[in-house]
Amino acid sequence: MNWNWSAVSDFMPHFWDGLLVTLQILVVGSLISFVLGLVWALLMRVPSRWVTWPVGAVTEFVRNTPLLVQLFFLFYVLPEWGVTASAMTTGVVGIGLHYSTYTMQVYRAGIEAVPVGQWEAATALNLPLRRTWTAVILPQAVRRVVPALGNYVISMLKDTPLLMAITVLEMLGEARLFSQANFQFTEPLTVIGVAFVVLSYLASLLLRALERRLVH
Amino acid sequence: MTSGLWELVLQGVWVTIQLLVLSGLLATAVSFVVGVARTHRLWIVRFLAGLYTEVFRGTSALVMIFWVFFVLPPAFGWQLVPLWAGTLALGLTYGAYGAEIVRGALQAVNPAQREAGIALSFTPWQRMRLVLLPQAVPEMIPPFSNLLVELLKGTALVSIMGMGDLAFSGNLVRLALQESAEIYTYLLLIYFVIAFLLTRVMRGLESKLKAGVGKAPARRRDVKPKLPEATAVGGGVR
Repeated sequence: MNWNWSAVSDFMPHFWDGLLVTLQILVVGSLISFVLGLVWALLMRVPSRWVTWPVGAVTEFVRNTPLLVQLFFLFYVLPEWGVTASAMTTGVVGIGLHYSTYTMQVYRAGIEAVPVGQWEAATALNLPLRRTWTAVILPQAVRRVVPALGNYVISMLKDTPLLMAITVLEMLGEARLFSQANFQFTEPLTVIGVAFVVLSYLASLLLRALERRLVH
Repeated sequence: MTSGLWELVLQGVWVTIQLLVLSGLLATAVSFVVGVARTHRLWIVRFLAGLYTEVFRGTSALVMIFWVFFVLPPAFGWQLVPLWAGTLALGLTYGAYGAEIVRGALQAVNPAQREAGIALSFTPWQRMRLVLLPQAVPEMIPPFSNLLVELLKGTALVSIMGMGDLAFSGNLVRLALQESAEIYTYLLLIYFVIAFLLTRVMRGLESKLKAGVGKAPARRRDVKPKLPEATAVGGGVR
């Protein structure tokens, strides 16, 4: 095994560019998945099967099919339908949509974990439905699910390299470009492998701190 | 789509299924070995197994695949057949997730069962084989079923390395037909059907294994993510 430190230092500028893109994908993708997931979870509570059935079927479908193929779908099919977006936008929307089908289940579990008494109290106080949700149920439900949502942010971090397949230059994309230009595969790939371990470890530490503050 | 192109897709399905079965077997082996090692009485064994799970769960599966395809060959001087390289990368990564499932299920077995095994002077291996695993394995099936679907989705990643799996053959058909919507819809549907069949098989397996230890399978529509114990806010009658 021959390890070349100068290849590492040559790669580092590209690495920081890639890291920035990865983090952008992660932040925007997480926000999309948090919001959309909540929307799906609330739609699933609508007392009409005309709403719950299609939402349930679509989210189940998205959750059980590969993100990679979904990204290809968005990247190649949307332009045919006249929707043009940059690869980055497409990728972020794709990953956010994919993970919203996971966060939806998290929200649902959180909502179901709110004690029945809270619902009854809201009814007894004659709160309108909107206020029951915004002032009573959601604040309690969301608090409980923050750690579980954080776990999905970590999984999403590990899925960001898939965006490389639709030409987004995140960490792995930068590494591949650099490897092919300089024929140095070992160093860039190992650097980003280590970077992923470090990032997910830091994220899990952060999450544990957040969990202590919010849940206990 | 012409029949020739369908044949291409079917070949892709076959490669995907081969990869799924092989990496699934490897992942199962890894999860049991590492998961059981994490409950070992020697700290060094526990530490190494823990290090393995942290490292392999920490990296991205796709980065792992790149590493196995590009870094291993020059580093160790042997080149793997793509199918085996994909199996290795996926099996090791998803095995690390599986190890956590095995460890969790083993720890969830009532401690009195382990103590009873000690009282009957079973060796550690007998305790594991005759007392702990038969009770823990049925509990592992629902999370393993989810992991298997994740693994199926993970197999699509090897198409980036040019391996002729379902996603790859789909891309070829797209290039041939210039008709993206149709082929990608078929692709997603095929993956969905495979995932659906997998969950059905796993559910059957679960009820069979649970019947073996005298339990009814838990009724559920789908497995809920586990929430941390929250402090009760307010009272209320359940």
